Amino acid sequence: MAKTKGKSGPLARRPDNSAFKQQRLPAWSPMLTANTVLPFFYLMALICLLLGVWLLLTVQSTQEMKLDYTEAGACSKCFEKRKNVSNAAQACSCTVVFSTEKAFKGDVFFYYGLRNFHQNLRRYMKSKDDGQMLGRRMNLKNPTSYCEPYARDPNGLPIAPCGAVANSIFNDSFILKYHGAGVAARRVPLLRTGITWYTDKNIKFRNPSTENQTLAEAFEGTTKPPYWRSPVYELDVRDPLNNGFINEDLIVWMREAAFPNFKKLYGVLDRAEEPFTSGLPAGSYSIDISYNFPVQYFRGRKEVVLTTLTWFGGQNHFLPIAYLITSGLIFLLAVVLTVVWWKFGKDGKNMEA
Amino acid sequence: MSFFGLDCVRKKEREQERKLRANDREYNLPFRYATNAIKTSKYNFFSFLPLNLFEQFQRIANAYFLFLLVLQVIPQISSLSWFTTVVPLVLVLSVTAAKDATDDINRHRSDNQVNNRKVQVLIDRKLRSEKWMDIQVGDIIKLENNQFVTADLLLLSSSEPLNLVYIETAELDGETNLKVRQALPVTGDLGGDMEKLADFNGEVRCEPPNNRLDRFTGTLTYAGQKYPLDNEKILLRGCTLRNTEWCFGLVLFAGPETKLMQNCGRTTFKRTSIDRLMNVLVLCIFGFLAFMCTILAIGNYFWELHKGTEFTIFLPRPDGNDAAFSAFLTFWSYVIILNTVVPISLYVSVEIIRLGNSFYIEWDRKMYYARNDTPAEARTTTLNEELGQIKYVFSDKTGTLTQNIMTFNKCSINGKSYGDVYDYTGQRLEITEHTETVDFSFNPLADPRFMFHDHALVEAVKLENPEVHAFFRLLALCHTVMAEEKTEGELLYQAQSPDEGALVTAARNFGFVFRSRTPDSISIVEMGKQRSYELLAILDFNNVRKRMSVIVRSPEGKLSLYCKGADTIIYERLHQSCSKLMDVTTEHLNEFAGEGLRTLVLAYKDLDEEYFNQWKQRHHEASTTLEDREDKLDQLYEEIEKDLLLLGATAIEDKLQDGVPQTIEQLSKADIKIWVLTGDKQETAENIGYSCNLLREEMNEVFIISANSLEDVRQELRNARTCMKPAAAENSVFLPERILGKGVKVVADDVVNGEYGLVINGHSLAYALESSVEQEFLNTACMCKAVICCRVTPLQKAQVVELVKKYKQAVTLAIGDGANDVSMIKAAHIGVGISGQEGMQAVLSSDYSFAQFRFLQRLLLVHGRWSYLRMCKFLRYFFYKNFTFTFVHFWYAFFCGFSAQTVYDQWFITLYNLMYTALPVLGMSLFDQDVNDVWSFQHPQLYVPGQLNLYFSKKAFFKCALHSCYSSLVLFFIPYAAMYNTVRDDGKDVADYQSFALLTQTCLLFAVSIQLGFEMSYWTVVNTFFVLGSLAMYFAVTFAMYSDGMFLMLPSAFPFIGTARNSLNQTNVWLTIFLTSILCILPVVTYRFLMVHLCPTINDKVMFKVRQAKAMPPPPPRRARIRRTSSRRSGYAFSHAQGYGDLVTSGRFLRRPAVSRSSGFAHGRPTTGFSPMGRSAGYSPTGRPQNTKTPDVEVTSLQMYRSIRDPAL
Repeated sequence: MAKTKGKSGPLARRPDNSAFKQQRLPAWSPMLTANTVLPFFYLMALICLLLGVWLLLTVQSTQEMKLDYTEAGACSKCFEKRKNVSNAAQACSCTVVFSTEKAFKGDVFFYYGLRNFHQNLRRYMKSKDDGQMLGRRMNLKNPTSYCEPYARDPNGLPIAPCGAVANSIFNDSFILKYHGAGVAARRVPLLRTGITWYTDKNIKFRNPSTENQTLAEAFEGTTKPPYWRSPVYELDVRDPLNNGFINEDLIVWMREAAFPNFKKLYGVLDRAEEPFTSGLPAGSYSIDISYNFPVQYFRGRKEVVLTTLTWFGGQNHFLPIAYLITSGLIFLLAVVLTVVWWKFGKDGKNMEA
Repeated sequence: MSFFGLDCVRKKEREQERKLRANDREYNLPFRYATNAIKTSKYNFFSFLPLNLFEQFQRIANAYFLFLLVLQVIPQISSLSWFTTVVPLVLVLSVTAAKDATDDINRHRSDNQVNNRKVQVLIDRKLRSEKWMDIQVGDIIKLENNQFVTADLLLLSSSEPLNLVYIETAELDGETNLKVRQALPVTGDLGGDMEKLADFNGEVRCEPPNNRLDRFTGTLTYAGQKYPLDNEKILLRGCTLRNTEWCFGLVLFAGPETKLMQNCGRTTFKRTSIDRLMNVLVLCIFGFLAFMCTILAIGNYFWELHKGTEFTIFLPRPDGNDAAFSAFLTFWSYVIILNTVVPISLYVSVEIIRLGNSFYIEWDRKMYYARNDTPAEARTTTLNEELGQIKYVFSDKTGTLTQNIMTFNKCSINGKSYGDVYDYTGQRLEITEHTETVDFSFNPLADPRFMFHDHALVEAVKLENPEVHAFFRLLALCHTVMAEEKTEGELLYQAQSPDEGALVTAARNFGFVFRSRTPDSISIVEMGKQRSYELLAILDFNNVRKRMSVIVRSPEGKLSLYCKGADTIIYERLHQSCSKLMDVTTEHLNEFAGEGLRTLVLAYKDLDEEYFNQWKQRHHEASTTLEDREDKLDQLYEEIEKDLLLLGATAIEDKLQDGVPQTIEQLSKADIKIWVLTGDKQETAENIGYSCNLLREEMNEVFIISANSLEDVRQELRNARTCMKPAAAENSVFLPERILGKGVKVVADDVVNGEYGLVINGHSLAYALESSVEQEFLNTACMCKAVICCRVTPLQKAQVVELVKKYKQAVTLAIGDGANDVSMIKAAHIGVGISGQEGMQAVLSSDYSFAQFRFLQRLLLVHGRWSYLRMCKFLRYFFYKNFTFTFVHFWYAFFCGFSAQTVYDQWFITLYNLMYTALPVLGMSLFDQDVNDVWSFQHPQLYVPGQLNLYFSKKAFFKCALHSCYSSLVLFFIPYAAMYNTVRDDGKDVADYQSFALLTQTCLLFAVSIQLGFEMSYWTVVNTFFVLGSLAMYFAVTFAMYSDGMFLMLPSAFPFIGTARNSLNQTNVWLTIFLTSILCILPVVTYRFLMVHLCPTINDKVMFKVRQAKAMPPPPPRRARIRRTSSRRSGYAFSHAQGYGDLVTSGRFLRRPAVSRSSGFAHGRPTTGFSPMGRSAGYSPTGRPQNTKTPDVEVTSLQMYRSIRDPAL
């Protein structure tokens, strides 16, 4: 292995005297001494404490309202109705009411939530075609085999969008109404666009190129997923630009949740008009639900969530509390270590080799 | 030329008998005997790829990954894309293939070198120089002095009288004495006559090729006559021709059919104990993997049974899949996902680390020996970490511990001791290279390499002190050395033992030059005057007599008996008039012995003519009787060797290699047991034991086992045990029986108070190695600090090593320089060869080689220790990082319906081991050192944890697994809880699968990187660069792969588009990463801190010291060699064998006529540029100038019969 170098002479094979080859590279040798560890621990305890308190205050400043409407009030009849597959085509709507004691200040976000719905099953997640959703003609007509059995309908027409994910899209719709004091019920305006990641809306999902065609023509030769009521180019009847693969509800749905309990953004409060310019005022509200999505098959629950946000995101108490607990833990350990060091290690007596 | 190297397959049916005719290639051709080309390489250009791949897939790990790959292409099972396995697998295969290819190229190269050596062949009645590979069976070749024997030859004729040739067989059997081969007279008559040789058409019938070196049967038919052939007429390939100008031989076996090649068993593939442990662990991990997968499959079964069925409305099952089948598929899917517990990169990384550490050994300047330009060499790159676990070192003596240079250091003549140098205050001075040497210019015949420092002795010689003259006259007369004088005044002594050479050389320089001998006379030049002594008898040396005498008649006609021998023996035979002198001499002898010098006592007596004639008569009668000849001769010798007059004593130093005592002391401080296995005699070995600090005067006792029967050996061993540990003796009685029934059992070390040494003789060792006593022997030997086995054969050396390997769970290292150490070097876990000496056999079969024994301490205490430390750190960390990585999947299974969904992005899974974590951990394992080399030497105890396997064991592995379990819990559940139902600060999704995957993998990478930081105790710039670089690389690669461009190029391969941008700009994501990092390291830091303070290890202690010292430790105090003036033992040692007296008187060796010595010696000897080694090169086995390498002549060491070459020759 020793390389023969171009050198000659009596010391031709002498190894080089480089710090690397002689393993003498300058280095920093840290050691866990009391001088470093103990201050570090106390400092960390302090940092975690401060972070925890700060986060807790932040989270406390948000407001959240959750409403499980699966079988709530009038919806129980729809719940019963959806138990039977044969009724799938029949519409069913119900209304749930609730009231808030405090106003929701600032931007208010409207979510729908599902429990026990496994969007994270491997076969389920694979059952889609990113190429198709990118509007590629080839993939549009020839969906990947991963989409089976939702790749083609019994006539052999390709399904767009194909696969189990798109097929199982959450198709309840909500109308939130505000029953202000002495005022007639008034629809709360929700922005139904701008609820997706920019990258999803603009890059990941694209309609097939239309080139002087209507969207419907672009999708010609494909068929809708079996559970859908309307084809993909008619998902949003009010906003023609929100149709096809770039329909935002579809995009939101296609971003599969990591866990079986999840919530997805439905709309954002449009704060253009009074009395919603500063958020949702306190008072009673009702939600008209077009109850379509069946959950009883998988013993799921459905809910709506209204929440305000901070820089920290939604109302999740875990991090603040975890930081506080961690802070306490570190402090406790720091004290133990200090005692141990004081008793055993201070004089370095047991360090004599 | 075979195409696929499978020539063994179509090997012709076994040869029954070999028939060949000299000088007749046509006749020999049909037999298709092998030609002399040898092939040790494995592949050729075409066969490389298929064969190498075939070999590689025989390794379990590679086969396993191939199997995974197969699983991954099954769509129902495939939970990961195929590239996650293919990329690493291809990388691994190509790295290994590259390494194998370079190895094989080297073998091709060495084959070519051997095959292209030139030799003279008789073709078409002329001698032609041909390549070795072109030699065929039946050719007649001419060999010259110092040439290697080309193939197995039948000796035809030689330049020497009686058709003798001298060969050295060290490379074959490790015996280093010269052997004699003699040609048949009928072929010998051919001589060097080309015509006659070309006409020679003898036919040989002989045995088929075999590997028995000591046997040969065959017949030669020539001129109608049949002659039997035996081993005495055969020259085997691998031998070297010595002292023979030329010889002719007939090729009988060539190339692969030679006995040498037939003996080259496949060298056993050595593996380290870490390797073995790793294999066990990997099997355990496989078991564990199966266990996890089974749990998950069962989970999947129940999930499918309950929930999956309900979910079929959204996710219908493929036809015919029920819960059970789904569970079955899930099992395999999880096998794929969780395969990272045994990542393929483990094996690659281990190899890289070992390679790196091997390079460090080769690069080490402190293991480079400038004098003969030899750097250390790591010939095997797979054993490094085992160097940090050595428990037993088996060392050869000659050439390893000693330089095999004898110097005449001191003497005591007539009660006056010479040899020490005193300063003017009377203080004894340490003799160094700078001490002034005695000028021998008064003597034109003096050997210029001989050095002596005490001027008093020369003065005494010049003053013609009669005792001093008698002393040197004795040395010049009483020996069996032979002198050769090729040119006038240039004497070349051939002595059978270096001791004798040193003594005669000393006499030569002090003016008593032994010039030549005939069977019945010895010519010496006494102080410039030529004198011839009539040699009347040599009373030869043997091990019982421990003395030799000569009876000579001086030119004046005075009869004298000169005797030299062991002090104990001679003292019994001294005349009582010497008693006073005896006391003084005894004092000197003790002093010499205390310094580890080898002593001989010289005595003489004048004989009465009448008595001698009568004695001679009886001697003649005795030597011609048939029965009890030995006894009768002994009696006669005994009778005449009495009432001797004491002359003095000589002290010869068997020069140790530099730094041997210090090295041995260091190694024994590191709790390494050193056993010296030597072919030397007991006295010699014992003597060296003392001089190199192995045996010490302070030892409680040194046991000597020299019994001659099984029972006696057992009894002696038992006595030794009883002496060392009275309580242990009883159970030892039952020990053998109990254990024999149970098969091999590991024997624990006994703890003994006090220091003991054990010396065991070769013949006793033969009994001690028998299965019924071996345990007893091992137990006893292991209780001793030092063990010396003398008179051992090469085979016994290996047996001793095997014995220790068998019963002790300890790592052994054998170190030696000669061919006789090869067996031991091969047998031990690690073999070390001393290079740069003569003979390369030991080096060629060794795993590491360097030039000096003292480098062993650096190899073990620095390189070995670091390698072991690094490897263990690597393994601990590597298993940690992969377990953590993998376990997260396990926890996620409970949330994703056991559907074998991965937690991370597939690219992350592919690149985690290859890119994101590879360099940091490699950096740690290549650079880490707890304390630097100086401190390692300062605290040899740092070596002990390695011997006890403390850094990596099953327990440590289990700890790793627990630690990873904790980390993976943190790494999964903290992000889970933190992201649960959370959204981005603009209300959009951040709890989706892709964001969660990104978060978890980022947390994981931070956690393992920080953990690495805590493992590392030596942060170099490179480490910092690797760690930070890998993190930076992670982000760069992640952002690149989640970019628009990549997605648009391959939508299905890069579906994570935008995840990094949308998720990593969130505060809560970073707060989660921070929290997981803190929680992952918290217990580690706490645990470490507590361990350091509550029960610090030796490493902690030394590191603490280093911190306190903040600088280099003080240099170790220079220990002056302790001089012990009182000694309980005799310093006698004389490496001499019996029988040379007969040879000398028979004249068999006196083959060259001595140069006429008529002219004077006036002319000075030519001076050479040779500078002697060390203090004295009075007697150098390689009496040639260093660094001038004559290409073809490789001198091999001779222990029994050495020639003193003059550099001028």
